[in-house]
Amino acid sequence: MTLRDLAIGQSGRVLAVGGEKVLRRRFLEMGITPRTVVTVKKAAPMGDPIELLIRGYVLTLRLEDAEKITVEEEAV
Amino acid sequence: MIFALVGNQNSGKSTLFNQLTGSSQRVGNFPGVTVEQKTGSVTGHKDITMVDLPGIYSLSPYAGDEIITRDFLLKEKPDGIINIVDATNIERNLYLTLQLIELQIPMVLALNMMDEVQANNGSIAILQMRELLGIPVVPVSAAKNQGLSELMEQAVDTARNRRKPERIDFCPGGSEPDGAVHRVIHAISYLIEDHAGRQGVPARFAAAKLVEGDVPMLESLRLSQNEADTIEHAVKEMETELDTDREAAMADMRYNFIEDVCEKCVAKVKESRAYRRSVHIDSLLTHKILAFPAFLGIMLAVFWLTFGVIGVPLSELFEWGIEKLGEGVEVTLEAYGLNPVLQSLINDGIFAGVGAVLSFVPVIVTLFFFLSILEDSGYMARVAFIMDKPLRKIGLSGRSFVPMLMGFGCTVPAVMATRTLASERDKKMTIFLTPFMSCSAKIPIYALFTAAFFPGYQALVITGLYLIGILLGVFSGFIMKKTVYKGAPVPFVMELPNYRFPSMKNVLLLLWERTNDFVQRAFTVIFLATIVIWFLQSFDIRLNHVADSADSMLAVAGRFLSAVFAPIGFSDWRVATGLITGFMAKEAVISTLAVLTGASAAELGDTLRTLFSPLTAFSFLVFTLLYTPCVAAVAIVKRELGSFKGTFFIIAYQTGFAWLAAFAIYQTGRLLG
Repeated sequence: MTLRDLAIGQSGRVLAVGGEKVLRRRFLEMGITPRTVVTVKKAAPMGDPIELLIRGYVLTLRLEDAEKITVEEEAV
Repeated sequence: MIFALVGNQNSGKSTLFNQLTGSSQRVGNFPGVTVEQKTGSVTGHKDITMVDLPGIYSLSPYAGDEIITRDFLLKEKPDGIINIVDATNIERNLYLTLQLIELQIPMVLALNMMDEVQANNGSIAILQMRELLGIPVVPVSAAKNQGLSELMEQAVDTARNRRKPERIDFCPGGSEPDGAVHRVIHAISYLIEDHAGRQGVPARFAAAKLVEGDVPMLESLRLSQNEADTIEHAVKEMETELDTDREAAMADMRYNFIEDVCEKCVAKVKESRAYRRSVHIDSLLTHKILAFPAFLGIMLAVFWLTFGVIGVPLSELFEWGIEKLGEGVEVTLEAYGLNPVLQSLINDGIFAGVGAVLSFVPVIVTLFFFLSILEDSGYMARVAFIMDKPLRKIGLSGRSFVPMLMGFGCTVPAVMATRTLASERDKKMTIFLTPFMSCSAKIPIYALFTAAFFPGYQALVITGLYLIGILLGVFSGFIMKKTVYKGAPVPFVMELPNYRFPSMKNVLLLLWERTNDFVQRAFTVIFLATIVIWFLQSFDIRLNHVADSADSMLAVAGRFLSAVFAPIGFSDWRVATGLITGFMAKEAVISTLAVLTGASAAELGDTLRTLFSPLTAFSFLVFTLLYTPCVAAVAIVKRELGSFKGTFFIIAYQTGFAWLAAFAIYQTGRLLG
C-alpha cells in the first residue's frame, strides 16, 4: 500500500520512497526515509493535500506525491 | 571575520540574525554571488560580519536558495558557520548540520528554542551532543535573547583557532551498519583529492555529493573519464550491496546517525505544548468547512484595516503634507522668480508625480505589517495548505495565493511578496498573474463611470469587473502553464510550523527593509518617468513650452493613439491621453480627463456622457481593468524579475489582452445593438 491509502489517524512505516529526481530528494531530506513511521493527521478542506506527523514535526504533501511512498500499516 | 548563518526554514534564523545584528543590517551584494545577501555587524563585536543565508533543508543543488547557500559557503569561504537548529524539531534540522560539517569550515551549533524544550520538561545533553557531532553546541533562545553572548564567544573562539569539525564519519556508535556508504565515500574522497583541491572544495564534501549523484559537482571537478567510471562503478557496487540506490543510501546513513544521536542525547516529550496549541488553532483554521470562511474573515479584516482604518487615512495625510509642501515650494519659487518652465517641472512634474506615488507608502507599509505578522505566526503556511488544490489547476501552488490576493489592494506589495516563493518558476508566474487582480487605485475610475452610466447597477458592474479580471487571469494562467512556464512546479512538500507569537522586532525590521526598498529603488524609475511625462505634457513637438496641454506632445500621442482605440469604442484623444497618464498612477486617469475636458468634479459625469455610450463606457472600464500596470508596479516587477524582457512582456501582454477583450466587448455589443 502507499501513503495515500492510509486513513486519517492511521500510521504507516515507510518501505520505499519513489518519485522523480527533485521530489524524491525532497522526500528524503525532509526525513521520509525507509523505516520511518508517519501518521496521517488531516486532509485539507478540499481533500488534498494531506498533513503528516513525521519525526516530531508536521509536513504537508499532495496525494499524487503520497502515492509514490510505499508503506505498511503500523499500529502506534 | 565573516560568519555565515545557516539553518532550516522556521528554525528562528531571522530572529537570531535580528538579535545579533540589531539595526546594523543592510542588504548587499557579495562579489561572486549574484543574489543579494543580508549582512550586519554583530552588536559588541564590531569586526564580525554576519551573513544571513536563505533558510534551507539541505545542500543539494536543486532549489535556488540551496545553490545560493552552497555557492556562498564554497566560494566566499566564511571564517565560520553558525548553524541554527530548532531544538523542538531536532531530527530534521540536524540533517543539514551533517552536510555542513562535511564542508570542514569552523562551525558552531546554536540549539535554538531550548526554553521551549525545557518548558515541555524535555532536555538535551549538550556535552554529549558536542562529543557525538564534533562541534561546539550552545543552547540559546533567540526570541528571549538568551545564550547569545556565549554563542558568539564560542563562534569567535572556534573561528579564530580555525577549529574544524572534529568528525566527518557518521557511523552510529562506531557500529558499521552502513559500512558500505563510508567505504565508498572514503575511496572517492581519496581519488578526487587533487581535483577537489584545485577547485577549492573540501574533498570529503565533494565525495559525499558524488555518491549522492550531484551532477554540478561532478562537472566542476573535471575528472578524467577513467576516474569518473571508477567512481560510478564503486557507487554501483555500494547500491548492490545495500540493495538501495545512492540517494536513499546517503539519506538513510545520515538519518540513522541522527536517530542514534537523538536517542543518546534528547529526552523527548511526546507532544510539545506548542504542537498541541497548533492542533487546537488548526481545528478551526484548517477545518474542513470553516477554513475558508475563517480565511476570508482574516483577509477582510486585514484589508479593512489597511484600506479603511489605517493605511488610506495615513495616505491622505501624507498626500496633504506633500501638497502643502508643494504649495510652499511653489510660493517660494514664484517669489524668487525662477524660470516658469522650471517651476512647472518642480510643481507639476516632480511634486505631482512623485507625490502621487509616495502617497502609496503608508498603504504598503500597513499592508505589509499585517501580512508579515500572518507570515511570522505560521498562518501563511496554512493558507498555502488549504489553497493548494484549487491553485494547482492553473499550474501554481498554494504559496502563490497570498501575493495574488494582495494584488487586489496594490500590485506593488503583491509583487514584493512573491519573494517568499520557493521556486523561480512559481514566482515569475505569480508576478505575471498578479496584475489581473484589479488593484484598489482603479476603484475611483470604476466608481465614477458606473455612477455616470449604470446608475442602480453600480455594485453589479464593479463586481463583474473584478470577476472578469480573475477569470481572465485564470485563463492566462492556463495558457502560460501550457507554453512559457511549462516546467514542473517545485514539489509541494512543505513544513507546517507550529504557530508562534510573531516577534515585533522581526516584523518592524522587515517593514523598515521593505519600505526602504520601495522608496529607494522604485523611486529612481518613478522620478525619471515623472519627468518624462511632465516633459511630454508641457512641450509641443517643436519643444516650445505650451500653455494648454492640448497642444503638447502628449496630446499628439493621444491623438495618434486614439486611432488605436477607435476599434474598441473610444476615439477621443482626451480619453487616450487619460489612459497614458494612467500609466503613472491609475487615479490619474480621472484627473487627466477632468483637466483636459475642463470639467469640475461635479460636472465630470455629465461630460463623460458626451464622450461615451454605456457600451463604450463598459469597454473602457474593461480596458482600464486590464491594461499595463502603473509605473510603480512596473518598477517593482522589473526589480523582482531582474529582466527587462520579462517586464516588457508583462506590459505588452496585459495591454494587448486588454485591447482584445475591449474589442470583443465593443464589437459584440455593436452587433447586438
